Amino acid sequence: MGQKKTKEEISESKEALRKELVEHFREKREVLRQQWVQQMTAKGLLAGLTQEEIETESMTIYDTCVVCLETNRYEGAQAYATRMAERGVLRGMTTEQIIGGLLTLRDVYGRSLFERYQQDMERLSAALDIYEPVANKILSIVALAFVEEREKIVRQQQEAIRELSTPVLQVRDRLLILPIIGVIDSLRARQLTEQLLRAIRSNRAKVVVMDITGVPTVDSKVANHLVQTVDASRLMGATVVVTGVSPEIAQTLVTLGVDLSKMNTVGDLQGGIEAADRFLGYRVIMEDTTGLTIPKQKV
Amino acid sequence: MLVPILKQSNYLIASIQSELSDDDLLRLRENLVRQVSKFRSTGVIIDVTALDVMDSFATRTLRSIAHMVRLRGAETVIVGIQPEVAFAMVQLGLRLEDIATALDLEEGLAFLDRKTKGDGRRGG
Repeated sequence: MGQKKTKEEISESKEALRKELVEHFREKREVLRQQWVQQMTAKGLLAGLTQEEIETESMTIYDTCVVCLETNRYEGAQAYATRMAERGVLRGMTTEQIIGGLLTLRDVYGRSLFERYQQDMERLSAALDIYEPVANKILSIVALAFVEEREKIVRQQQEAIRELSTPVLQVRDRLLILPIIGVIDSLRARQLTEQLLRAIRSNRAKVVVMDITGVPTVDSKVANHLVQTVDASRLMGATVVVTGVSPEIAQTLVTLGVDLSKMNTVGDLQGGIEAADRFLGYRVIMEDTTGLTIPKQKV
Repeated sequence: MLVPILKQSNYLIASIQSELSDDDLLRLRENLVRQVSKFRSTGVIIDVTALDVMDSFATRTLRSIAHMVRLRGAETVIVGIQPEVAFAMVQLGLRLEDIATALDLEEGLAFLDRKTKGDGRRGG
């Protein structure tokens, strides 16, 4: 008699085994779920969740996984993972907690299969053949959902930062100030330069005070951008005064060997505006010291 | 295309109206340098407002015009460089370091007035 089974027979027996596994997991639902929760608690993966949440979440996850195994379709898992990622990321749940929890569940399921089929190695390996791809697929779905969620948040924040970007303000006729706050990258530097050049044209500016007090660090790339901004402004007929160079930035710039000889630098924003005033021919005169106090109005 | 050179009291104004070929630029240079002494001008303004592109040849030619005009005893100022052009130029490393620039024609005239005031000759 031929030992080989036909294809149909194999797939049929596979389906039968799949059903058997599903039934097994359904039957042992409570036992396995409790085991899982215990193991996760022992690993400290459930920190920050209430008892009620643990109950409902673990049931949902358990059932979702079993459904995936039964139907060999993953839409449910996908939807659940996305939902969980949104909530998890918002609540500050770590990826370690999520992935760790699923890995634990995988072990619990696996262990129960070992127990059930330990007498029959052939059947065990057939069962694992069915079970393992499903488990791996679910894990990768969840991990991807989390990574995607993180990336989404990073993108949103980047956009928010970009929108906050840098204002170009006119303080006097023909005098603009450009207070730069935060880290400058190539994209932002480019945006900043374009914005400034447009403002120079529309305000007919002659002097620009660029204040970099709020810039934490400068590397050679950023320094280069600053130099470019200064040069481009000069081509538009405006002089740039750089103010607020911190001791750290001064040291970095000199160490990097950036050629700043063509840059006008003044200590702080006040000094910069004063220098710009002189350049434009303004003179600030204090008229009367009594003007410093605001007259009180009688009620 | 020939670039018209206008005489405005002591200054010469060359207003570039369209993209120029290399030959046109060289011709502009020749005409300007020739006319500076003919009219005893003290300043030259080159208006590039209409240009959306400034390549390295144009930049080099403008710089050489400024240097030559200086040798003929006058100042040169380039006016009307557009924001996009300015940005593109610095990215290409074309900085026109030693050449005076101004926002527009009005600014350029004011610059030359300041520059030449001490010469005893009134301009503008």
